[in-house]
Amino acid sequence: MAQTRRTLLIDPLVDNNPITLQVLGICSALAVTSSLKVSMVMAIAVTLVTAFSSMFISVLRNQIPGSIRIIVQMVIIASLVIVVDQVLKAYAYDISKTLSVFVGLIITNCIVMGRAEAFAMKNPPIESFIDGVGNGLGYGLILMLVGTVRELLGAGSLFGVTILQTVNNGGWYVPNGLLLLPPSAFFVIGLLIWGFRTWKPAQVEKREFRIQTVEAH
Amino acid sequence: MPEQPEIRKGVIRRFLDMSPDSAPKTVFVAVALCLVASMIVSATAVALRPLQEVNALKDKQVNILQVAGIYQPGEDVADAFAAFETHVLDLETGQFTDKFDPAEFDDQAAADDPQTSVELEDDPAGIGRQARYVTVYVLRNDSGAVDKVILPLHGYGLWSTLYGYIAIENDGNTIYGLQFYDHAETPGLGAEVDNPRWKALWRGKKLADEDGDLQITVAKTPPAAGQEYHVDALSGATLTSRGVDSLVRFWLGERGYAPFLENLKAGDI
Repeated sequence: MAQTRRTLLIDPLVDNNPITLQVLGICSALAVTSSLKVSMVMAIAVTLVTAFSSMFISVLRNQIPGSIRIIVQMVIIASLVIVVDQVLKAYAYDISKTLSVFVGLIITNCIVMGRAEAFAMKNPPIESFIDGVGNGLGYGLILMLVGTVRELLGAGSLFGVTILQTVNNGGWYVPNGLLLLPPSAFFVIGLLIWGFRTWKPAQVEKREFRIQTVEAH
Repeated sequence: MPEQPEIRKGVIRRFLDMSPDSAPKTVFVAVALCLVASMIVSATAVALRPLQEVNALKDKQVNILQVAGIYQPGEDVADAFAAFETHVLDLETGQFTDKFDPAEFDDQAAADDPQTSVELEDDPAGIGRQARYVTVYVLRNDSGAVDKVILPLHGYGLWSTLYGYIAIENDGNTIYGLQFYDHAETPGLGAEVDNPRWKALWRGKKLADEDGDLQITVAKTPPAAGQEYHVDALSGATLTSRGVDSLVRFWLGERGYAPFLENLKAGDI
């Protein structure tokens, strides 16, 4: 498959989405999607970290000793994450308090490490950067979708703006509190994966085994 | 690649051409990367610190507004905060002091300075040194009488020192609210000190009984003194709960705000 820069950017959105197809990065997707604003900040943070870490790792790829390559990748990713965390604390203090440990946990996000190891170690910097942006956006897309469902049905608002007036505020909508709790993201992501695979049957995984049909004698 | 002309390669070129897996290169890459990464990280941290401090101050003010129950999301924090009178309190006498300008007074520095603090021998809150002067906030009602006082307190939990505020009503004995603005307790367990439902348990609790003995406690089971002195401990966070119990009892006891609260009861504030 010829990977043009365009496909590098577009593919991870739907066809090769890190969350729905590869099922990576689920942990943070569960934790931060209770409101859209936080989801968006997390998506931007992960996109930036994936893009720049892929680029830097790709620049250094011919100089990185194989024996310590994972540690080298981790150092680059961790430094970028700390920079992002500091910037958030300076410019978006409230959101950084909500995200708390999850910004730090971008370091261990499988998507970032996965792209570094699988793509950036073998490809030139610009392609790696685009690939990082694409995967970050693919992650962000799912985060935003999950965030939309959870915030709208769980709190009756989007980006903090009331859409469905809740009963507590004198409206008619009874919010579903479950959707504000992390487990609900499991259901939403599960439904999304189901939807994606129904739309694109190529994404359906092959069965690992098939029960033999017994012939009647 | 075209044939390289016969020129003596420089040190850097030769180094870059070395196999990445050779031992000297491995060590060099590791050291160089750590140096560069640490410089970037520290440069960012230093450059952004002033902005972060402004945010931290604003967050502290929001917390004081919240613990006093007058925080309105969206309104200007500095404006709303102007409702408070800020005073420096002399813990020993329980009176406000004019020795320091409240706007300039730094509680942390005061606790570190031997001139203004004491080293604690018996230290249930685990704070090491206690300042003799602290910044407190007074909220007055329209007629100028004290409505609530907001007192800072801190102490050790499980992993970290918890910093917070307690709001006491004008009778000097009823808790209006308790809120921590900075801590690093375990998320989901000790960090539940931030849970609004747990914080709501504090409202209306009494500090001392009729004899003036401090009875408030954070415990699993209600104390003999009765429900109104009892805040249920956090489940799964025994040590954090114990820390909160010790720090509240320390700060509201004789070595903390008790003299001040006596003055408040007497109407001298």
